[in-house]
Amino acid sequence: MHIKVKLFATLREGRFTEGEREYPAGTTIGHIIQALEMDEKEAALIFVNGLHANTGDELHDGDTLAIFPPIGGG
Amino acid sequence: MDKILRIDMGAEGGPKITASPVGAYAGLGGRSLTSSIVASEVDPMCHPLGAGNKLVIAPGLLSGSIAAMSGRISVGCKSPLTGGIKEANSGGQPSQMLARLGYAAIILEGKPKEDKLYKIFINKDGVKISEDKSLKMLSNYQVVEKMKGEFGDKIACISIGQAGEMRLPAASIAFTDMELRPSRHAGRGGVGAVMGSKGVKVIVIDDAGHTTRQPKDPEKFRAANMKFIEGLRTHPVTGQALPSYGTNVLTNIVNEAGGYPTYNFKQGRFQGAAKISGETYAELETKRGGLATHGCHSGCVIRCSGIYNDKDGHFVSKQPEYETVWAHGGNCGIDDPDKIAMLDFLDDDIGLDTIEMGVAIGVAMDGGLLQFGDADGAINLIKEVGKGTPLGRIIGSGAAVTGKVFGVEKVPVVKGQALPAYDPRAVQGIGVTYATSPMGADHTAGYAIATNILKVGGYVDPLKPEGQVELSRNLQIATAAVDSTGMCIFIAFAILDQPETFQALLDMLNAFYGLELTAEGVAELGKKVLTMERDFNARAGFSKIHDRLPAFFKTESLPPHNVTFQVKDEELDTVFNW
Ligand code: SF4
Repeated sequence: MHIKVKLFATLREGRFTEGEREYPAGTTIGHIIQALEMDEKEAALIFVNGLHANTGDELHDGDTLAIFPPIGGG
Repeated sequence: MDKILRIDMGAEGGPKITASPVGAYAGLGGRSLTSSIVASEVDPMCHPLGAGNKLVIAPGLLSGSIAAMSGRISVGCKSPLTGGIKEANSGGQPSQMLARLGYAAIILEGKPKEDKLYKIFINKDGVKISEDKSLKMLSNYQVVEKMKGEFGDKIACISIGQAGEMRLPAASIAFTDMELRPSRHAGRGGVGAVMGSKGVKVIVIDDAGHTTRQPKDPEKFRAANMKFIEGLRTHPVTGQALPSYGTNVLTNIVNEAGGYPTYNFKQGRFQGAAKISGETYAELETKRGGLATHGCHSGCVIRCSGIYNDKDGHFVSKQPEYETVWAHGGNCGIDDPDKIAMLDFLDDDIGLDTIEMGVAIGVAMDGGLLQFGDADGAINLIKEVGKGTPLGRIIGSGAAVTGKVFGVEKVPVVKGQALPAYDPRAVQGIGVTYATSPMGADHTAGYAIATNILKVGGYVDPLKPEGQVELSRNLQIATAAVDSTGMCIFIAFAILDQPETFQALLDMLNAFYGLELTAEGVAELGKKVLTMERDFNARAGFSKIHDRLPAFFKTESLPPHNVTFQVKDEELDTVFNW
């Protein structure tokens, strides 16, 4: 299945900003985080199609996954 | 900080200066002090630009000490924008300096009978006030340059630009930063117009001869401060994200969450967001010889600010804040970081609230005055405000007035004050704060984004109404207390998540004043402040119908999540039931 992955802030360092990739059916967010060599603390804020998601959630064809480190402002 | 400086601008024979002991206001600082003075000394029915209003400028409880982050300053008055009570706070150097000179507050009261413009100079020998015609209609950067020439560069300034002199409801008060730039502002609610109505252009402060304020228990205080700093350094938000990217790190995440108000609150995502994100600004700043990490006052250890240069390496403005980048950027369909930085500079120079200006221009775009995305048109409009043309004065009166003049239905304001950078339909907790804060729509008054979007202090689903009233209530109480300490509100990210860092803050307050304040005590202070503020507003004619969002947030759904604001009116009415 086809997934768009977007990374932000410090997570881009040594990785990428945005990429579209193929993943086998049943891939979870956790699998992708592992493959990107991030620890779960770094991948603090996860969105799938603009909605908050968790590492255990399975992805579906055409999903957009966005991962942020802990951030704040105001 | 044992005295209050009062200047009666309307006294017979010219302004009259008195310094008196804090008296009944002892133990208060920052917002708790400004709101107490306004609530007890200002007639809620007075005209905000009249002799009956007072402008109160107060450092926080810990300002002037060695406590990290303690240099915020509060400005209070009856607001010409909302008609209710106002506390707007700012960074910059004046807070620490005033506190070291021993002033808990400066109160400007009365009103000059003639159209005169004054400057005030405060140092260890006392206070001088004199008329200075040469300052008339100078911008903030110009007036500070002039003061440097006159008093040297070891000073700090509190000033108004042309907007304040014209008494426009969106006028801010500028506070100089460590480089003596008037780049930090008490932006909201038209506090600059009140300073203008008092005939005061600039307050110059020189604290030479004074050192830091001494705590009652210096040992305990120093230890607590170290623990506090360590907590800020180790928390990933205050230790990493804010220093690296500044507040504008939020553009991408709020956009991703579908809560980034775009084209005057028509949609929750902006196509050009990546071009104006904190990541992009940080990269440009570093590449062009600016600074991506910089403090707005000495003593700040988070340092969320920066310096933005043009492509030739010349200073344009301080790093524009997230709210500014949004208001002048996505909200107006503008995605050019250079143009947005220029708008930020113009607002600072003329002395305008960037949120109110961006939202007013967005409303004018909706009304057909100019096209969404027209960056040069937006720059011209701000310049018109500085010149005081009739059109400029309309825009400088804020979003509500602009909406009326251009016949626009969608005017995003509460109590007459423009909504900041989070759509309340996609982030329902902040909608509760916007609706109910005694300040009018103000994100800092109870920053629900922390818990709705950033998962700080727990998590409450941003798209559902459940839990939002309680979230906003608790945050509004905590904020009213933090705003009284002189601490920057960004410490909240660390103290909400780390009990030991919160305890270190309590220990600092206790060691400084010889108190035994507990977490409950802090909450009590927050409630006391909010109660006073709401009581003032009630006496000024506000009721529960003013604690509401504009109707379109309930009737028009916001893409991409296609949501409306779901928190019921009856629930909004329970926010202050504690
Ligand atoms: S964190 Fe940012 S806003 Fe707060 S005091 Fe430091 S520079 Fe100023």
